[in-house]
This record gives sequence, structure tokens and C-alpha cells, in this order.
Amino acid sequence: MPGKRSLQDLSKVLEHELVPKHEVLSVEEGLEILRRYGIKPEQLPWLRASDPVARAIGAKPGDIVRIYRRSPTAGEIVVYRYVVPG
Amino acid sequence: MSEEKIVSGIKFGILSPDEIRKMSVVQVTSPETYEEDGTPRAHSVMDYRLGAIEPGQVCPVCGNTIKGCPGHFGHIELAVPIINVLFVKHIHELLKATCPKCGRLKISPQAFERYRKYLAKLKDRYPYLARLFTEYIKRQAMKATVCPYCGAKQPKIKLEKPTTFIEQYPDSKDTIRLNAREVRKRLEAIPNEDLELLGYDPRDARPEWMVFTAFPVPPTSIRPSILIETGIRSEDDLTHKLVDIVRTNERLREHIASGAPEIIIDDLWELLQYHVTTYLDNEVPGIPPAKHRSGRPLKTLAQRLRGKEGRFRGNLSGKRVDYSARTVISPDPYLSINEVGVPIDVAKILTVPERVNEWNIDELRRYVINGPFKWPGANYVVTPDGRRIDLRYVRDRKSVAESLAPGYIVERHLKDGDIVLFNRQPSLHRMSMMGHVVKVLPGRTFRLHLSVCPPYNADFDGDEMNLHVPQTEDARAEARTLLKVQNHILTPRYGGVIIGAIQDYISGAYVLTIKSTLLEKEEVIELLAAAGVVKEPPEPAILSPRKLWTGKQIVSMFLPEDFNFHGKANISSGPLRCDDINCFWDSYVVVRQGKLLLGVLDKKTIGAEQQDSVLYWLAKEYGVEVAAAFMDKLFRLFIRVLERKGFTLRLDDVAVSEDVQTQILNLLSEAFEKVRNLVEQYSRGTLEVVPGRSLEESLEIRILEVLAEARDKAGEVAVSSLNPFNYAFIMARTGARGNVLNLTQMAATLGQMTVRGERIWRGYMGRPLPHFKRDDLGAIARGFVVNSFFRGLSVTEMFMHAAGGREGLVDTAVRTSQSGYMQRRLVNALMDLYIAYDNTVRDSSGSIIQFAYGEDMADPSKAPHGKIVNVERIVERVLGEI
Repeated sequence: MPGKRSLQDLSKVLEHELVPKHEVLSVEEGLEILRRYGIKPEQLPWLRASDPVARAIGAKPGDIVRIYRRSPTAGEIVVYRYVVPG
Repeated sequence: MSEEKIVSGIKFGILSPDEIRKMSVVQVTSPETYEEDGTPRAHSVMDYRLGAIEPGQVCPVCGNTIKGCPGHFGHIELAVPIINVLFVKHIHELLKATCPKCGRLKISPQAFERYRKYLAKLKDRYPYLARLFTEYIKRQAMKATVCPYCGAKQPKIKLEKPTTFIEQYPDSKDTIRLNAREVRKRLEAIPNEDLELLGYDPRDARPEWMVFTAFPVPPTSIRPSILIETGIRSEDDLTHKLVDIVRTNERLREHIASGAPEIIIDDLWELLQYHVTTYLDNEVPGIPPAKHRSGRPLKTLAQRLRGKEGRFRGNLSGKRVDYSARTVISPDPYLSINEVGVPIDVAKILTVPERVNEWNIDELRRYVINGPFKWPGANYVVTPDGRRIDLRYVRDRKSVAESLAPGYIVERHLKDGDIVLFNRQPSLHRMSMMGHVVKVLPGRTFRLHLSVCPPYNADFDGDEMNLHVPQTEDARAEARTLLKVQNHILTPRYGGVIIGAIQDYISGAYVLTIKSTLLEKEEVIELLAAAGVVKEPPEPAILSPRKLWTGKQIVSMFLPEDFNFHGKANISSGPLRCDDINCFWDSYVVVRQGKLLLGVLDKKTIGAEQQDSVLYWLAKEYGVEVAAAFMDKLFRLFIRVLERKGFTLRLDDVAVSEDVQTQILNLLSEAFEKVRNLVEQYSRGTLEVVPGRSLEESLEIRILEVLAEARDKAGEVAVSSLNPFNYAFIMARTGARGNVLNLTQMAATLGQMTVRGERIWRGYMGRPLPHFKRDDLGAIARGFVVNSFFRGLSVTEMFMHAAGGREGLVDTAVRTSQSGYMQRRLVNALMDLYIAYDNTVRDSSGSIIQFAYGEDMADPSKAPHGKIVNVERIVERVLGEI
């Protein structure tokens, strides 16, 4: 098994063309999202804290991540992920 | 009414021996089930206390008769512990994860504490992650070679299927067999806290309960015996198995009591284990299934639940229903697409409950008087106090009819205009079950309009379909507004029409709309009458010498007055290709202001399963009622056109002249010469190798290329010699049926037959059939069929053709079973997802699956072919031009 990669290596992950833009939301923004959808954080799709992108942007369990994705049908779409331990 | 309770959760546990004894009403010790006089024996598996099973019998335990007695469990005290096969996997894991000496989970004390706290946190918020984490802990524990608590060396424990455990210490070669008693002892030694770390709840599932010491005997009502006419009793498979268990158990007990040698005891122990194992599951790998005297494998507990006909899939997920009918289907072009023809015999059995009121009372009285055997009648009358009167047994139906009053319910026969659900399996999409309006007809088959064949994927080679009658007003209203066939003209899959013209409708449309079709007044009138239209024909296109109408004028009468359309026809290919309005070949369709000005109607413009067609925009812009009416009327007219003309396919259509035949043969012999050359080059070793292929593969590829080209050329020659207005050719061109390849095979040559994409070579050594020389690589010897269907195949050709055909059949059989299983798994995974009102896709717990349905929130059946907007179409509609 490969060892844990350094933060420096990880930041390269973000430069890959297939990796869309991720950002960690502030607590207020996160709450706004939860209010908008009327859900608890666990009801968002999950993102493991061990996911390379999560580690690269420093997302910790409990954070909500916003992702701007390219979509063939809708141009750009915004999705959210809830960071869980693991 | 008792207090209302709501289920908040379901938890499964394992029955402990104490619980088994507590719920038991009798200890079973006797292997004999009946006394001499035929009464059930006490302390046997048929003991009276296990529940009342015969009418009139009173249960000695609960005092109820057969109706009220739920049945009661008994139990068997096992002489030795017996492993429950259904848990062997868990037992194995537990044995591996814990120390055989001290019973502790093999996790160091520090890690233990850390894991415990972490797991408690996870359990709170992420139950799913908690489960994954327990798996991780288990794997960690199984890795340890030395116990972190007592320092004992850890053996390797192997599971010998199905229920034997064997351990081996690392420093010894000997293997030790663990018996069930030893296994149970080890499981008992595992502390509760350690179990919690592995995800067990020790209050409901102590691991030692996975090894039986007491064995539950289910109530007799769960395993009823069948009385055969001769008076012989036939017991249920479960009863047989229970008797085996009791018998072996008692023998074992006696031997142990008398101090028999260990070998005998071990043998019996194993036999008891076998009986218990097969009682629970008779399909465990590694042991022979228990069999009935006749050799039929027994159906034991697991078999009752598992599989397609098991309790879950057979009885709980799927049920049989009343108010349904099934019979063979056949076509009826005179029905509306929304209708279904129902045989009178069926209509007299299926009923619709209708509540009597002052407006329908006279009609319903008539039905009641007609009774159950004369259509339209009624089968039952339900009085306001809930009494059902079966009209089959009423002698004086007139007085029943007389007694009808508002508030009564009459279950009347199915009649014209009722709405029903019509279905054909496999029900792969929502169009597999649509609402149809009943039309009661003589005959014994369900009749349906040909245009609804594609959504059902039906044909008339013996297909059967099901029909269901909605019984409530709500259900009927829903069926009428949502389920009617016309609401499914547009498929949600790609947004095109799935209901449209097929086969003869397309041929008819083409024949009517070609330029050369000119109709006399009488013909116009006849056609319009066939469509059921009462309307003045337009000004004739030709006034002199006679008034003549074009087919396009007739079609235009059915189009909305402001309808515009332009697009290619199906025939627009090859020499008839047209890309715009300047079209000599009539293969570009233009409709302006509801007038078909240019082009023929064929598959592309009015066919089923087409996109961007005339039908599509009709349904989209004028509503499905307009589209349905368009199809109902016009399609009937198309059929009449063909009936007048006499449209068919005959042998002449695929006959080619001597001259052309020689050309074809010349082409083929040229190709054969090329093949010979290639083989020659191959044997000399001068053949050019295709990159990435072996020499042999290269040869095959080149030969296939040469022969395919030859066939295409031959086909071209043959097809171009055909009269463009011969029927087979019209059908192929318009897309009504068949294609150019089919014509080629009929008129010119069948071409190369293949199996698995290769020329046919299997069979004898170096040749597929003994008619050929060994290692003949030539075209004929490897399955090239020179003849056409018209000329007829030679014996060897016929064999090659059959070999290729067989492969096709096998492929379809394999494909359907595989895609069926895939469909089942997909449906099970996705069935309760829904689009919420905020356009998010959610599951049953309200969790978000997708933040916007399909990312663009477009419904393919509503948006033009999945695009949000089709600007060109809007411009055309507004300006009326391209």
C-alpha cells in the first residue's frame, strides 16, 4: 500500500483537469444550505475526510464542501458534500 | 379499537436457549408421531399442544379452535450442542477475532478504549460508518498472532464447509477438530464489551446462541399434513426432518447415558448436525441435500423463503389479484389506439361496482334483470347493510331489481366505455401498463390497435396480455387522466413518439402521398369514409380533363390548419437524398399552414419510435388528443389505401433477370479468385500482416473484407435492377419492414455466414463438413452462401446458414436473462427515489441523491428531446417558414 502522500503532492490533485473546483463552506453558509434543502447534514451526499480532494483543501469531518461541476447538459452545476470521518 | 401504535423500528436477534424453553409448550422426545389408533402422540412433533389444526378441535393451550389458535412452539432438548449453519460465517469470524484461551477480542487495551469511544460517536451520527468501522476492528483483531491480554499464541482456524472448524497452531503440524461443544465454550467466554465493539448487541445476540442446545419445534399449523383420499396421511417436509432430528437426538442421548464408545457418539453427533443443518437449509454447499423417499430434495426452512417462488418474492412482493383477465391478443385496426377489445365471455365475469342513484337506477335494474349470464348484466348486488346477493342463485331477479334503491351497489358487467388497465410482461417501463377504454366484442381474444404494439413490445404470434379492472372511483379517475394510451405517445426515455405508424401504416402513407397517386372523386369519398370523416374535400389539384385529388391533399385534411413542419423523409438516402426544400425526389417533407406541400409520409415523419417527426410536433403542440385522433382516423385511411391497391410481397419482387444473375455470379467468382490469391499468399508467407494480428487472423480479416464487399456489390447490382415501385422495395425504402440487406439476401446472395464473428470452421478436422477437402480455406468451405433465398440454398449452404442462425437464437436467450437480472437489481436499488418539489432527487429518508434532477431539471418527455428549448422550432412556428 502506498504511504500517505504529503500535502504538497495533494495540492496537485486540484490541478487535474477532471477535478472540479471544491471549496469548504463557512458555518453560516453551511447552515444556509441545510435550511434551503430542509435537511440534516447527514442527508447530504458524503465525502470521506480521507478523500484526496478533501485532504487537499483541508476539509475536516463536519464541514460542508461546495463543488462547481461541469455538466454536459446544464453547463455548470453546484453540488454539496458533507465531510464524514474515514 | 385498541390503542394505535406506530412501528419505529425493527430489530432482529437470536433466540437464546432460555427463550426457546420459555416459549415452548411441550418438550418433544418421541420420534413416533401417531398412536396405534391414529391420534397424535403426546411429546411428539404432532403433539396436540402445538396448536389446533382440525376444525372443531380445541387447543389445550390457548382454548381457541382452529380459527383463533395461532399455534404454539415446542422444543427439543439436544443431547449435545449443535451449530446453526446459518451463522457459521459469524461464528468463524468470532473465533478468529478472539483468543481461544481468555476469550478477549484481540485488540490492545489502549486501542480498545480508543475504538470504543470512536464507535460510540459514530453510532450516534453515522450508523452506516459505524458498521464499516466494526468490520475494520474485526479485521484488526483477526490479524493478531498473540493475545494482547494473556499472551497466548493464536491458532489458525479454518472452516471446513459447512459446519466443521479446524484449528492449527503455528508451531505444530497437527490440526485439531473443534466440536460444537468447544465452539460454544469459546463463544461463551467472549465478554459483552468486546462484542459491542464488533457491532453485536449482546442483549439480543450472544454468540453462543448461534450454537443450539435447545431446539425450537414450530407449531403444526406451519407444517400441515395432507390427507390423501385413501386415508393415508402425508406429512410436511419439515415434519419429516423434525422426526429425524428427534430420533437421532434420542438415540444419541441413550448412547451417552450408557457410556458408548466415543466413535459411535461422534458419528451420531455428526448425523444430528446433518439433520439440523438440512432442516434449516437444504441447499448448503458441501453436503448432500436431504431427500424424500422418492428422491425429491426436501423443501426445508430456507427453501420456503428463498428465491422467486419463496415467501418474499412469491408471496409478499408479488400477489395474485381478482378482477383480472388474461388471454391471447390479436390486432384490430378499427379500434382506437385508446381502446381494447374485450371478449363477451370475459366481460361477463369482470365486474365494476356501481352505486345506485336516481339517475342510473333504471339502467342498473336492467342489468340486474339480465343477470350474470346475459351481457350486459350484473353478478352481485350489495345491499346498504353490506349483504352480498349472488345473482347466480337468485331465482326471481325481477324482485331484486325492484328492491334496488339509492345506496345499493350493483357489481355490473364490464361494458363499453369502462376504463381498464392493460399489461404485457415483462413490464419493463411505464408504457407496459396503460389504461384502455373497453369495447366489448365477440370472440375469445383481447383486441388492440396495432400502433400500441411497440410500447408493449407485443406481436400476435401467441402473445398473451393481462387486463385489470379498477374498482374505485379514484382509481378509475386516475386511470382516465394519467394512464390512457394517448398520454404515453411520448416516451419519457428520449422524448420521441413511441406510438406511431408501423409496417402497413407506413407503406399505406407512402403509397397515398407519392406524386403519382391521383384520386377520383369516388375514391376520395371512400377513403374519407374509411377514416370516418364528414368534411368537404378541398378544391381538386387537377381540374381537367377530370377532377383529381392528390394523396397529399387528403392527408392535409387531417392536419391542424396552422401546423408547420419540415424535415427529411426516410427515403431520403442514396440517389433519392434531399437536404432541403429544393427536392426533386419528394423526399423532403414540408407542411405549411396545415397543408402537406412536398414530400412523402414514411417512417421518419409518422413512424413509431422516431424523433422530431410530424407526429411528435402534433402531440407536443396540439395535445395528445389531437395526435390520437390523427392516428385513429388517418391510419385507418392508410390501410384502406392498401386494401384498394392490393399491397403485398410476391416472389417476383425479388426475382432478378438472367443478365443480372450472371453479373452477380461474376462478381462473386471474382471475389473467390481474390480469396484464392490471399490463401496462396498466406501459404507462401507473403501475406501482409495486419498490425496487432497473427498471420492467420490477418488472412481471415482480409477474406471477410473481400467477401463482404462482394456481397454488398452483388446486392447493389440486384437492388438497382429492381423496379423502384415493387412492393418489397417500397417497404424497405420507407422503413415499413425490412432493409436493403434483407433484399440483397433474397435477390442476390446470402453472403458469409459467421459464428462468433469468424467464418465457420468448427466440426471435422480442418473442415466444418465432410463435403469439403481438409484445410480448404476457400470461401465456400468456410460458410459463404452463394445462393439467394430466391434461388434456394444447397445442402452445405443450408447447414452453414443454420449454424449462424442458431448463434443468433442463443445470443437473444442469453441477453434477455442477463438484462432481466440487471433490471431487477437496478429497480431494487432505485425504486424509491423521487423528484421532490424543489427539483432535488431524494430517497425515502429524504436524503439528497442529486441536487437538480438530471442536472438540468429537464424531463425528456416534456422538453423537446431533452433540450430545454428548441429555438428553431419556435421560430418556424411563429414565422411559418424556415
